[in-house]
Amino acid sequence: MSSFDENNKERLRSVSVDLNNDASLLIDIPDALCERDKVKFTVHTKTTLSSFQKPEFSVPRQHEDFIWLHDTLVETEDYAGLIIPPAPPKPDFESPREKMHKLGEGEATMTKEEYTKMKQELEAEYLAVFKKTVQVHEVFLQRLSSHPVLSKDRNFQIFLEYDQDLSVRRKNAKEMFGGFFKNMVKSADEVLIAGVKEVDDFFEQEKTFLLDYFSKIKEATAKAEKMTRSHKNIADDYIRLSATLNSLSAEESTNYYIIKFCLKLFQNFLRVCLKKVEGRVASDEELKLTELLRYYMRDIQAAKDLLYRRARALADYENSNKALDKARLKGKDVSQAEEHQKRCLQKFDTLSESGKKELTNFKARRVVAFRKNLVEMAELEVKHAKNNMTLLQGCIELLSGN
Amino acid sequence: MSKKTTENEGKSGTAKAAGPTFSKPTEPADIFTEEAAATTVPRTSNTVNSKANGVHSEEDLFTEATVELSLDSPRSSRKNEETSKPSASSSSSSLSAPARQAKPPPAALEELEDEEEAELEDKFDVLVSVKDPEKVGDGMNAYMAYKVSTETTLPMFRNKLFTVRRRFSDFLGLYEKLSEKHGPNGLIVPPPPEKSILGMTKVKVGKEDSSSADFVERRRGALERYLQRVVNHPLLLQDPDVREFLEKDELPRAVSTQTLSGAGFLKMINKATDAVSKMTIKMNESDAWFEEKLQEVESADQHFRKLHALVESLVVHRKELSLNTANFAKSAAMLGSAEDNTALSRALSQLAEVEDKIEQLHQDQAAYDTFSFAELIADYIRLLGAVRGSFDHRIKAWQRWQDAQAMLQKKRETEAKLLWANKPDKLQQAKDEIVEWEARVTQFERDFERVSATVRKEVLRFEVRCETLKIFKYQPAQYVFSIFVYFSPQLIKYWEAFLPEAKAIA
Repeated sequence: MSSFDENNKERLRSVSVDLNNDASLLIDIPDALCERDKVKFTVHTKTTLSSFQKPEFSVPRQHEDFIWLHDTLVETEDYAGLIIPPAPPKPDFESPREKMHKLGEGEATMTKEEYTKMKQELEAEYLAVFKKTVQVHEVFLQRLSSHPVLSKDRNFQIFLEYDQDLSVRRKNAKEMFGGFFKNMVKSADEVLIAGVKEVDDFFEQEKTFLLDYFSKIKEATAKAEKMTRSHKNIADDYIRLSATLNSLSAEESTNYYIIKFCLKLFQNFLRVCLKKVEGRVASDEELKLTELLRYYMRDIQAAKDLLYRRARALADYENSNKALDKARLKGKDVSQAEEHQKRCLQKFDTLSESGKKELTNFKARRVVAFRKNLVEMAELEVKHAKNNMTLLQGCIELLSGN
Repeated sequence: MSKKTTENEGKSGTAKAAGPTFSKPTEPADIFTEEAAATTVPRTSNTVNSKANGVHSEEDLFTEATVELSLDSPRSSRKNEETSKPSASSSSSSLSAPARQAKPPPAALEELEDEEEAELEDKFDVLVSVKDPEKVGDGMNAYMAYKVSTETTLPMFRNKLFTVRRRFSDFLGLYEKLSEKHGPNGLIVPPPPEKSILGMTKVKVGKEDSSSADFVERRRGALERYLQRVVNHPLLLQDPDVREFLEKDELPRAVSTQTLSGAGFLKMINKATDAVSKMTIKMNESDAWFEEKLQEVESADQHFRKLHALVESLVVHRKELSLNTANFAKSAAMLGSAEDNTALSRALSQLAEVEDKIEQLHQDQAAYDTFSFAELIADYIRLLGAVRGSFDHRIKAWQRWQDAQAMLQKKRETEAKLLWANKPDKLQQAKDEIVEWEARVTQFERDFERVSATVRKEVLRFEVRCETLKIFKYQPAQYVFSIFVYFSPQLIKYWEAFLPEAKAIA
C-alpha cells in the first residue's frame, strides 16, 4: 500500500507548520517497531548545537518516555507562561485489533479468498494506525525543537541524547510530582478561568474565545471521527462484496457463463475502482480533517492550561495583596508580605507577557495549519473523484465494448 | 433506430458512453429512478453493440438484453406523460430490428426447437406499470392501493390503455391461482414479493418517515417487476385470471393468502427444498441435466442471499454516513461561527455547506443502492425459489408415476394370486383394475415427461432471458454509469468550488 510514502508523510506534517526547518536542531522518527502492545520509536537527532555531545545520534524511546517529557515540561515553573505542546496520545490499536478478532471469529464462514483479502485490509489498517502514531509523536518533538525556549530545556536534551533506558528517571519523576498537578487541576480549570476577574482585555477575549472554541472543536472532532468511520465501513462492505462476487463467478456453473463474465467485470470494478478509491478517501479525509481537528483540540487544551496557570498566578497575586494588607494592619511581617506580593506580581506579569506572545503565535499557527489542511483536503477529494472517473471510464468501455 | 436515438436524446442530456464530457442531467432525480437509468444505459450499449452484432453469441445476448431493458422499465413515461404513447410504439418498433439479430447462446440453442426459438423472440406487446400507491382507510384496516396500468397492442384486450386499482392481497391472490394451475405442469411461476407485517404496520399506523416511504417504494417496484414477468410469459399471458387481474374493475377480495405471509412463503419454499433434496436421493435421476441444474440453482441461491445481506449492509452504512456527514456539517458550521479569523470562519462555514451537499449525494446513492441493486438481488433470489419449485413439481410428477407403477405391480400380483386361487368373478375385477392402472401408468409417465420437458424449457428460458441478464449485465453497467455520470462529477464540482475559499484563508 503506497499511500503512505514520503509524499504523504510531508502532508501529514502539515498539522503543525513551520516545524523542523531550523538546521541547528533537526529531529525525526525514521522508524518504529511494534512489539505486541508496545511501540518502540527510534528518535533521530541531527544538530549543530554545541550543547549536544554528538552532531548526529539516535535513541530508542517508548510512548511513556514522551509522556514523562511532556509532564516535566508542564510542571516546570519557568514554562508556566508557555503553551506546552500537547502530549501525543497513546498508540491505539483498538480498532484493528477488534477487526482481527472479528476476522478470527468469522473465519469459518468466509471463503479463503475473502479471508485473505480481509486480512490484507486489516494489515493495512494496522499500518495506518502505526504511521499515525509515529507522526503524532514526531510532531510533538518537532514542536519542542522549534520553540525558542523549550528547545533549550535540559530534560528535552536528556530525552534526545540519553542512550540508556529512561524508565528509571521516569519513576523518580513520578515520585517527585506524584501526578499532583494533573489530578488537581484538570477538573477545576474551567471554573477558575471563568471565575477570575480579568484586568486585561486581550486575555478577556482570549478566555471567552478559547472556552467556546474548545467545546465546538471537540464536537466537530467527534463528528468527523464518526463520519470517517462510516466511510471505512462502506469500504469494508465493498471489499466483502467483491470477494463474494468473486467466489460466485468462480463457481463451476458453465451455464451461467454470462453471469461469470459480468460478475468478473463487476468484481474487478469493485476491486479496482471503488475499494481503492473509497478506502483512500476514508484515510485521506481522516488524516486531513479529523487529525487536524483532533490536534488542535489538544492544542487548545494546552492553551487553556496556560490561561489557567495565569489565572492561578492572578489569584495568587490577589491573595498576596490581601495578605499584605492584613500584614500592614497587624504591623507584622510586612516586609515578608511585600516580598511575596512583589514576586507574585512579577510572576503574573511574566506569565502575561509570554502568554500574550504565545497565544498570538498560536492563533497565527492555527490559521496557517487549517488553511494548509483544508486546501490539501479539497485538492485530494478532487483528485480522487477524478481518478474514480478515469477508472470507471475504463470499466464502462470494458462493459459496453465487449 | 435513428428515430429512437434522437427521441431519447431529447429526454436527457447524456448520449455516448465513452465520451469524457457529460452534460448535467436536467433533473438529478432522473438518474436515480430505475426509469431514467434504463434510458441511459441501453442507449450506450445500443450504439456500441450495433456495430458488433452477429459476431459473438455473448454480444447478441447483450443486444437482446438491451432490447428487454428498454422495454421493461422505462416508465420514463411516468415523468413525461405526453410522450408515453410514442415511447411505447418506438420501443416496440425498434425492438423488431435488434430482436431479429438476437441469437440465444449455442448451448441453449441445441435444446430448443424452431417454434420454441420463435417464442423466445416474441415481442413484448404488453407493458404494465404499478404506481401511485395510495393509503386507503385508517388504522389497522388500512391498506395501500396501487394503480395498475396496462399498455398493449394485443387484440385480446378490450382497450389499448387501461388502469385498475389493486391492493397487495390481489397480487398474492393472482399468484396463488397461477401457481395452482400452472405450477404442477412445471412452469416457473414468477413469485410476488413477500408479505411484511412490520413494514405494513408502520404504514398503517401512519408513521410518515423515510423508512415507511422506502418500504412502500420497494414494494411498488417489486410488484411492478412481478407483474411484468407474468405478462412476459407467453403461456401465463393467455390465462384468463391474468387478463381479469389487469382489466376487471373490481376483483373479489382474495382471502386465502394466509399461506403467503412472509414466514409462510419462506416455509413453503423451504419445505419444497427439503422435499426436493430428500427425493433427489431416492429419485435415481436418469437425466443428469436436472441434477446439475438443481445444484447450480441451490448454490446460486446461497451466494445471492449472502450478496443481498452485504448490499443491505452497504445501504445501512451509507445511510449512516449520510447522517454523520449531516451532523459533521452542523458542527463545522458551529466551529466556523466560533472562529475569530474571518477568512477561516467563512471557509469553515463553506466546508459545512459542502458537507451538507455531499450528505444529500450519499442519501441519493443509498436510495440508488437500495432500489436498483438490493431489490433486484432480492427478486433474483425469489425467482431461484420459483425455479426450485418447478423442480419440485417435476419430482412430484415422477412420484405419482412411480406410485402408479407400484400400484400396477400390486394389481398384477393380486391377479396372479386370484388366478392361482381360481376365483373367476374377482378375477375380472382384477383384470379391469390392471387395465385402469396401466392406463394411469402410461398417463403419468407421459405427464412426467411433459413436465420434465416444460421444466427444462422453462429453465433455459429463465437462463437466457432478461431475468438473468438484467441483473448481471445491466446492473453493473448502470451502477458504474451512475457514479460516472452523476456522483463523481458532483463531488468534483463541490470540492472545486470550495478550494478558492480554503485558499483565501489568511
